[in-house]
Amino acid sequence: MENESNSAIRDILVETGEITIFGVRFFKEIFRRPFEFKEFLRQCYNVGNKSILLVGIAGFIIGLVFTLQSRPKMEELGAVSWLPSMVSISIIREIGPIITALICAGKIGSGIGAEIGSMRVTEQIDAMEVSGTNPFKYLVVTRILATTFMVPLLVFMADAIALLGSFLVENLKGDVSFTLYFSEVQMSVEFLDFIPATIKTFFFGFAIGLVGCFKGYNTKHGTAGVGVSANSAVVEASIFVFILDFVAVLLTEIIYNI
Amino acid sequence: MNLTFTDRRKVIQIHDLKKNYGNNTVLDGFNMDLYEGETLVIMGKSGSGKSVMIKCLIGLEKIDSGDINIMGKDITAISEDDLNEIRTEVGFLFQGSALYDSMTVRENLEFPLRRHTKKFGKLGDATPLVMEALHNVGLDNAADLMPEELSGGMKRRIALARTLILNPKIILYDEPTTGLDPITSKEIILLMKSIQEKYKTSSIIITHDVDCARFIANRMILLVDGKNYAEGTFEELYASEDPKVHAFFKS
Ligand SMILES: Nc1ncnc2c1ncn2[C@@H]1O[C@H](COP(=O)(O)OP(=O)(O)OP(=O)(O)O)[C@@H](O)[C@H]1O
Ligand SMILES: [Mg+2]
Repeated sequence: MENESNSAIRDILVETGEITIFGVRFFKEIFRRPFEFKEFLRQCYNVGNKSILLVGIAGFIIGLVFTLQSRPKMEELGAVSWLPSMVSISIIREIGPIITALICAGKIGSGIGAEIGSMRVTEQIDAMEVSGTNPFKYLVVTRILATTFMVPLLVFMADAIALLGSFLVENLKGDVSFTLYFSEVQMSVEFLDFIPATIKTFFFGFAIGLVGCFKGYNTKHGTAGVGVSANSAVVEASIFVFILDFVAVLLTEIIYNI
Repeated sequence: MNLTFTDRRKVIQIHDLKKNYGNNTVLDGFNMDLYEGETLVIMGKSGSGKSVMIKCLIGLEKIDSGDINIMGKDITAISEDDLNEIRTEVGFLFQGSALYDSMTVRENLEFPLRRHTKKFGKLGDATPLVMEALHNVGLDNAADLMPEELSGGMKRRIALARTLILNPKIILYDEPTTGLDPITSKEIILLMKSIQEKYKTSSIIITHDVDCARFIANRMILLVDGKNYAEGTFEELYASEDPKVHAFFKS
């Protein structure tokens, strides 16, 4: 029993170490020419294209449901006019980023893991290398950059759509106008809510791309290994997102209390 | 018909190559020379390390010890840029074709050119080269297909076209006919032969296919237990009394 947990801990440490080395290599290669700009754009498009619908739907429904469910309690407390500010702060600070990141971990992380993984086992990565293209730059650097830039944009979009969903409920149930709702939001959401929330989304994006690429690039054991890579990319990317979120909240607390 | 090439220049030299994975010793002192213009066939049982050897040769796998020399350059001791320079002279046909399955045939063929825009111009301008490569393998109309739309034999031909597009002086073939029906195999073998004659390439062919070896080999090496077990022309090895050698030809 003790041996088992020891080896589990060792596996986690080894994995973390290997991912770190992979990440360091990313920062080394990113500054070496040539930069694969076209492939980077293509990957940005892919990330957006694959997840925009799901992120949009999830954002809308969460905004809607969140507001619907909070409304009775707020009414009871006579605080219904606070609803827009409460909803917007929760969405922008926490719900928007985390939901978007988890969806992307599932869709994008597994997609990258499977795609690069199958390129590994069918020797396409080797073929790139012998034809003089650095596969790490071409495949990995472009994808990690793409998720790092696209996840924040998707979060932005999810936030906006969630607020729209929330507004819809307020408009129908409370007869709140568009201008009133969003001026409430504007008044309560401070610039300082945005900054840490946005910064952490870059890290979420980076982690999703990094883990997906790491899993895919190190795929072993043929085609069966591709499924394993895709699966563990989702699991590990989600764990990374939660850990990063926790760290972000801690840091924000510390910084704002100074 | 088997000319001797041993008085020509050596384009590849492998000396005392060793390679382990953990405690699995795959190559244990393998030696090989390839002479200019020669076609060398390497045979060995499945799992004997042929693919590993050829990947070490082109720098895809790190070696544990030994020397590998391609056209006078020690590839274990040169920079990545120099290695890439050498790789433009060496074509590699992968065992499973290894076509980029998210790209069209045309994009697959253009991929090796993308680092050489100085020589060939922008990728769009490389069309004549792509068309010539497709013509060489008899698939003139395949440019806009995706790999998934191709049969196994067509894939192998496209992979061959991609290997040839930079006009390599040396071509490494890893089991070019495995998994193909006898007729398609024969076509691929004829194609390899015609390429060899047209471009005067030196080649290493890994194969289990006795007919292929008989038809194309100038010289052969049998790889057993990570070492060269026997070496000679097809006729010499075919006539050998050694049971291990004999086993390759009579199955
Ligand atoms: N990346 C790797 N990691 C660990 N072991 C490997 C790796 N690649 C190859 N091997 C081992 O090296 C040995 C030789 O493999 P290799 O693919 O070179 O065989 P082969 O001679 O090409 O066989 P085949 O004719 O089936 O293609 C095998 O025992 C294989 O398990
Ligand atoms: Mg092999």
